Amino acid sequence: MPGKGLLIVRQRSLIAITAALAAGALTLTACGSRDDDGGSDSGSDGTTVVIGVDAPLTGDLSALGLGIKNSVDLAAKTANKEKTVEGITFKVEALDDQAQPSSGQQNAVKFVADKDVIGAVGPLNSSVAESMQKVFDDAKLVQVSPANTGPTLTQGTDWQNKKVRTYKSYFRTATTDAIQGPFAAQYVYNDAKKKKVFVIDDKKTYGAGLAATFTGEFKKLGGKVVGTQHIDPDSKDFSAVATQVKSSGADVVYYGGEYPQAGPLSKQIKAAGSKIPVVGGDGIFDPTFIQLAGKDSTGDLATSVGAPVEDLPSAKEFVANYKAAGYKEDFAAYGGYSYDSAWAIIEAVKKVVEDNDGKLPDDARAKVTEAVQGVSFDGVTGKVSFDEYGDTTNKQLTVYSVEGGAWKPVKSGTYTG
Amino acid sequence: MNELPQQLVNGLLLGSMYGLVAIGYTMVYGIVQLINFAHGEIFMTGAFGALTVYLYILPDGTSMWLALPLMLVGAVMVSVTVAVGAERFAYRPLRTAPRLAPLITAIGLSLALQQAVWAWYPEADSPITFPEIEGGPFEIGSVTIQTGDVFLLIAAPISMAILAYFVMKTRTGRGMQATAQDPDTAKLMGINTDRIIVVAFALGAAFAAVGGVAYGLKYGEINFRMGFILGLKAFTAAVLGGIGNIYGAMIGGLVLGLAETLATAYIADVPGMEQLGGQTWANVWAFVLLILVLLFRPQGLLGERVADRA
Repeated sequence: MPGKGLLIVRQRSLIAITAALAAGALTLTACGSRDDDGGSDSGSDGTTVVIGVDAPLTGDLSALGLGIKNSVDLAAKTANKEKTVEGITFKVEALDDQAQPSSGQQNAVKFVADKDVIGAVGPLNSSVAESMQKVFDDAKLVQVSPANTGPTLTQGTDWQNKKVRTYKSYFRTATTDAIQGPFAAQYVYNDAKKKKVFVIDDKKTYGAGLAATFTGEFKKLGGKVVGTQHIDPDSKDFSAVATQVKSSGADVVYYGGEYPQAGPLSKQIKAAGSKIPVVGGDGIFDPTFIQLAGKDSTGDLATSVGAPVEDLPSAKEFVANYKAAGYKEDFAAYGGYSYDSAWAIIEAVKKVVEDNDGKLPDDARAKVTEAVQGVSFDGVTGKVSFDEYGDTTNKQLTVYSVEGGAWKPVKSGTYTG
Repeated sequence: MNELPQQLVNGLLLGSMYGLVAIGYTMVYGIVQLINFAHGEIFMTGAFGALTVYLYILPDGTSMWLALPLMLVGAVMVSVTVAVGAERFAYRPLRTAPRLAPLITAIGLSLALQQAVWAWYPEADSPITFPEIEGGPFEIGSVTIQTGDVFLLIAAPISMAILAYFVMKTRTGRGMQATAQDPDTAKLMGINTDRIIVVAFALGAAFAAVGGVAYGLKYGEINFRMGFILGLKAFTAAVLGGIGNIYGAMIGGLVLGLAETLATAYIADVPGMEQLGGQTWANVWAFVLLILVLLFRPQGLLGERVADRA
């Protein structure tokens, strides 16, 4: 096909021209601003601020973590290219928390100590977030998580009865388990018509919380919990649990936890003879789950925050830019949310700088934190803004099902009490 | 449905794997009184060795029945090379050093091996799928046995029988027994103790490699950290069975596997114990059992009471 070849050539020359133009433009503006400034005040002369990223970049959850890192990087690059904030260059510094709360806290301390850091995106895990919140809050450094779903992080430990915001510097673009668990329960009970559930969790902040909110709603709807089990996340042998599932007569399994355990768990449940779907939250919504669970995972379900990124008109540009940037890893489940998290910080910086005559004020961190509370823009995942607890106002969720070795969206919706 | 027979089989299978790895701990300890904490990583490198043979040496689509023996050879070769290398370069120079020195070296080596695989094996930073044997599970009464577990069911007893024959009947095996009893006297009797120690490391590694292949077949995935927890469990099994005793290692493994599985399945059903049941508590119960055994039999289930030679 000659047309195809031509297209490639055309694209290639296009990239070359764009690159040349971009390089030229950057050089010119750099010269220009230096001339304008005349050396009177170095503050506005291309101040560089750092957006920190904390996520698991190695280990079992690295697929999700690297997607977060790359997406934030893309946001920063886009802001720099489009000169979203005049006179400010964004730089991204990513630290690896290995999904460990202790590492997360060390990283938070590092970010606080680096005076160039203006805000942080992350972490992935709710349990890691717990260890970081106070460190950031004491320093008035804003933190926006693209993935934390534990309700206590924003609404306090007694969130079911009395919502109290604990940390003013903590925000998230992900929907909480208070919505995600019940949403899954409604789908499983009403749409999938499953009435007997076996609930399993990993006893971590995220997993246990999700399992609890799911169980509550499922019982309210009239479903029956025929068994519960807590697995050891360090183990790979779930044969004892799988045998229990089989003898319980359950027609669906709900798992609160993440894909490194969910994959083998699903596989072993099916191998033991229970041909029933395993349902989980956004923690199992990753291609690695399907890889680990094997071909029997067809029909397994996961809920995830927001509408499918690939289907949103607002996300088309993000997906195209992500591909064009040539990142080695996929943007994974939280790519769009990470981009929006970073963009919320960028928008906040923009407001602070504009309010301060185009310069970053001395108490920039506190000002940026305040400004994030008020941001409102159309992001990759839809409208991005935060309520009085720091939670996203976007309550969209989607159910995905494993079909033909990939996650396919089944139903999108919002959870209503 | 009565799930007890199935849970017993689950426990025995898990225990057989602990046993295969525990043999390496117990043999090395029996001969040089070293707790080789890098043994879990030797198990891990064995699994990666088998995977390498499957992915990079054999042509795509090779039948598992043909591939499996070759994968085993690959696993054993890698594990033995790593173990013998560790003995030669990490432990032998420290043989006369205080006991804590080789122990710390072992922990360091364990970390180094994990990180080496993580850094240099392609895509080892996330779990890698291990090939599976085709064919459905086998049903025997109410018990289901997975195809991947059949290998473990066959390999564990055969390995054990070969080891027993080797240690009891061959010249090298008797040399090992002599060295374990008294290395200095054994040397005076003309036994090349250096060689015996290398053989002990190599044998332990070969069993760990078989365990590594069994792990891959059973769980369908391997990763660079798989040796850490399993190594600790196998070490526990070796202590439970009586460290230094090769039969003890296997028995200890089986007891530990059964204890964990039964605790996972049944503790929560005991009235008032719901909070202390489930798999998250299974390790606690396994260690309660270990403490109880050691209270009444400090030498372990099959261990002999020997004066500490330190």
